[in-house]
Amino acid sequence: MNALLRHIVVLPVLLPLLAGTLMFFVAEARRSLRISIALASVLAQLAAGAALLYLTSDAAPWIWPEGVGVYPVGGWPAPFGIVLVVDRLAAVMVTLTGIVSLSALVYSATRWDRPGQPFHSLLQFLTMGLNGAFLTGDLFNLFVFFEVLLAASYGLMLRGGGTERIRLGLHYVAVNLTGSVLFLVGVALIYGMTGTLNMADLAGRAAMLDPHERGLFDAGAAVLGIAFLIKAGSWPLNFWLPGTYSIAIAPVGALFAMMTKVGLYAILRLGTILEEYETLGAALFFIGLASLATGAIGMLGAKHLARLVGYSVLVSTGILLSALGLRIEALTAPILFYLVVSAITTCLFFLLTGMTDRTRQADPALFASDDEEPAPVYAAYGIKAPSVEGGDGDVGVAIPAVMAFLGMVFACCALLVTGLPPLPGFLAKFSLLATALAATPAGAAPKEVWLLAVAVLGSGLAGLIALSRVGMRLFWSVAARQTPRLRLLEAAPVGMLVLLAGGLALFAGPVNTYLDAAARSLHRPDAYLHAVLSLETRREAPAEPAP
Amino acid sequence: MELVYALGIGILAGSGVWLLLRPRSFQVLMGLMLLSYATNLFIFGMGRLAQHAPPILDAAAAASDSVDPMRYADPVPQALVLTAIVIGFATTALFLVVLLALRGQTGTDHVDGREPEE
Repeated sequence: MNALLRHIVVLPVLLPLLAGTLMFFVAEARRSLRISIALASVLAQLAAGAALLYLTSDAAPWIWPEGVGVYPVGGWPAPFGIVLVVDRLAAVMVTLTGIVSLSALVYSATRWDRPGQPFHSLLQFLTMGLNGAFLTGDLFNLFVFFEVLLAASYGLMLRGGGTERIRLGLHYVAVNLTGSVLFLVGVALIYGMTGTLNMADLAGRAAMLDPHERGLFDAGAAVLGIAFLIKAGSWPLNFWLPGTYSIAIAPVGALFAMMTKVGLYAILRLGTILEEYETLGAALFFIGLASLATGAIGMLGAKHLARLVGYSVLVSTGILLSALGLRIEALTAPILFYLVVSAITTCLFFLLTGMTDRTRQADPALFASDDEEPAPVYAAYGIKAPSVEGGDGDVGVAIPAVMAFLGMVFACCALLVTGLPPLPGFLAKFSLLATALAATPAGAAPKEVWLLAVAVLGSGLAGLIALSRVGMRLFWSVAARQTPRLRLLEAAPVGMLVLLAGGLALFAGPVNTYLDAAARSLHRPDAYLHAVLSLETRREAPAEPAP
Repeated sequence: MELVYALGIGILAGSGVWLLLRPRSFQVLMGLMLLSYATNLFIFGMGRLAQHAPPILDAAAAASDSVDPMRYADPVPQALVLTAIVIGFATTALFLVVLLALRGQTGTDHVDGREPEE
């Protein structure tokens, strides 16, 4: 039983790969079959994530006593073979990916997945890349999984076509290819100095480096950090982000909500393992503040809801980075809580933009050009777009009281983004600031903490102003409004996410206990290192031939 | 050899960065390609440069107790370079597709999809 349970670690990577590949062999016209495969895969990933959450917690000490599960993919022991490692943080992130991709998938089943590109396969590959990046214990595999998710995201981002999307898509691809080059340079430098790519092995080797070698190693880590910061969307490497995220179709935007979190996760993971905080911390703080300011100003200036949400992504990245930059250990658990909440918030908000976009009849061509016409990519190449049964995608039941529902969801989103009670956005920001202030006398300079508090509250205020202005225009202006038809399949994931947010507020206690444990194990990586590196002995003991 | 190698990487990377910052999408593409070549060479160099050193132990050496690692090249960077080449090739091809689509849509090869106003 235990032996079988260990294989759960690899499922979140393997399932989407298989499902995504399988769908290439299913004709595009057989839509329901494709959706069933995708749904089965995503549900199974979610179940695997939940199982990992349970197995790494204290409730199940019989499988991984220290809460760290190691899975040698090729069967080779750790520093030589490639390992997948699951600890509490990775389990949380995998579950979060499952939730976000489930919402995006169900939402897209109404009309967003019409033919053009293999939407469902790309979605599966994106989740594969995300899960892999969260689970991998190897630096180069982190790069590979980043590329998997980026390659899928290029395709998803371009969905719907239109000149504006292609233009921003070009920028997006160029920025991320440059980021990948930096990533490789950082990895190569670190390998050249330490001779290993295994994260756990790195920790030990980095500590043993000579001072003159240490400089080059730090340079490698810094280059790697820049690559992660590009993915996380931090200032000044984030000017592509709001445009790209807001022009992508709604379910894709929702999926992208997880992509900035990958960068943050990588910073958190490698920062704690390599103990690079001392060198990078101060810089992170100011980079975070600058991202926060960019995001807040952008929110105030945004005329369109989708753009506003794009800028709110920057705000949450900024808050997370500057909180990380304070280098207060007790702050990690609130940071993780805020990360979870902001991922759900962004996902919810992007899904909402897909529905409110239909309330206005005369949109600027920029944003309305999307899915009514055949993908212009085909036109550009002179190919006839493939047709499919039920082309207009009127799937599902339309629900009544649409505007009331949308308004409610919008209010929830606003509360979550600005951090007002009773939703967990408030709890997250409150615990962040309260912990930071409580830790000041012993820890960092109080000035920085006050700066963070002012910035967080100020950005909340800016968000409130911006959101109420956009909200009034969207829901209360009488002119030129058209009540959209809303499908049950679109409303269901949105409702689920709202309920989930409410649940996070209600059960903030248990969630925080778990995240506390996750943060503790992050800052005491001994268990992680031990679990990965002792794999060798555990494996070789039964393999000894008995002559 | 080290000097030539380092100069080669530097020239490739420098030209790549310059092209990357140009406004024409084809120049950006070439810049990205040059940058990825420079990176691949850099990764390879991180395994230390060696001549006439095989990356795999031969049977005789593996059987003997003492293996001198100095006589062998590091196989890991070579494997990394292979992976990086494949991934870089695929993503560059993807970039080329987007480039052509933008070109077809707008009729200009400026990265912003329109000629700057003079």
